[in-house]
Amino acid sequence: MPRVKVPRKSTAIDMTAMCDVAFLLLTFFILTAKPKVEDPVPIDTPASTSQVLLPESDIATITVGGKNKVFFGVEGFEVRKQLLMRMGEKYKTTFTQPEVNKFSVMPNIGVPMAQVKQYLALDGSQMKEFKAPGIPTDSVSNELFNWIHEARIVTKNISGKELRITIKGDSQEEYPTIQRIIAILQKQEVNKFSLITSLRGK
Amino acid sequence: MAELDTSGGGKKKGGKVRSKKQSTRVDLTAMVDLAFLLVTFFMLTTTLSKAKAMDLAMPDKEDDQKVEEPIAASRTLTVLLGNDNKLEWFIGVPTEPLSAPAVDGYGKDGFRKVLIEQSKKIKQSTGKDMFVIIKPSDKSVYKNMIDVIDELNITNNKSYAIVDITPVEIDLLKREKIY
Repeated sequence: MPRVKVPRKSTAIDMTAMCDVAFLLLTFFILTAKPKVEDPVPIDTPASTSQVLLPESDIATITVGGKNKVFFGVEGFEVRKQLLMRMGEKYKTTFTQPEVNKFSVMPNIGVPMAQVKQYLALDGSQMKEFKAPGIPTDSVSNELFNWIHEARIVTKNISGKELRITIKGDSQEEYPTIQRIIAILQKQEVNKFSLITSLRGK
Repeated sequence: MAELDTSGGGKKKGGKVRSKKQSTRVDLTAMVDLAFLLVTFFMLTTTLSKAKAMDLAMPDKEDDQKVEEPIAASRTLTVLLGNDNKLEWFIGVPTEPLSAPAVDGYGKDGFRKVLIEQSKKIKQSTGKDMFVIIKPSDKSVYKNMIDVIDELNITNNKSYAIVDITPVEIDLLKREKIY
């Protein structure tokens, strides 16, 4: 019986289309991507059904976690630079240009003013291992108040908009810490702020 | 597609003998591999879902002294947040509550039911919306506060305030052993 011979085709596949798609996706991701901001302490944000998105700029984050430690971060390089200089003036510390530059790329600060200079002198790996004590929030040296206050002034000067303050708290954080932060915000008449939450179904 | 015309350029009379051209086809597999590797990397390292925020407006501290329109005790529901993910709620003032203080949990079967029932009741009896006062105690955690505000948002109760707890209310929590 004569068998119908199926002509064998070459197994080489034209990859051009696939390559196009892959690079298209790649380009899309690179352009839309914003690197994850590392939290200074592991934070498990409580879930809520709120769908409000956070704005990209003019935003400051107060991070609370790791046994009542408070960290402060503000968006924007220029804002951070000026913020550090102003804080330096306030606490009678002068920062050198390299120190200011280094500060401008840090998403969070969590050390008392007296230690900021020391902290900025650390190099990358040391900084990672450094156990930040958090910003003091007690009434004796209320540094968080000044950080927020100066950041608001700087933002207003640069972009002309009000700084939006968000609180990112760990779900197991004790309420008194949060209460203290809200009190600090209210002291400077910030009565509207956002609480960062993760999304959950109803 | 990725090939060029590599035919020998036709046969010309008396043409020279040309060496056969190599195919210009490039193997793109490696390039595709690399591209997908990078795509995967970017997908994993970026936050696709941005953080959600919950807006919170606190009453103005300065305005506290000014006497605002008092809210009738009959339509205020006070929530005390205790430890161990428990809350206690009552209507009216703590010294003479209009409903017996009850302990409840958070979430769908706990506080949400209370909110829906009570807001209906209050709406019927007073004709006005319920006002919720949230009083987190020192023993409660941040999540409890978020949960309560979230339940209020879900049940569409727009009027609420977060207020500091008073000693009388702490005693109430202590009585229920959730402080």
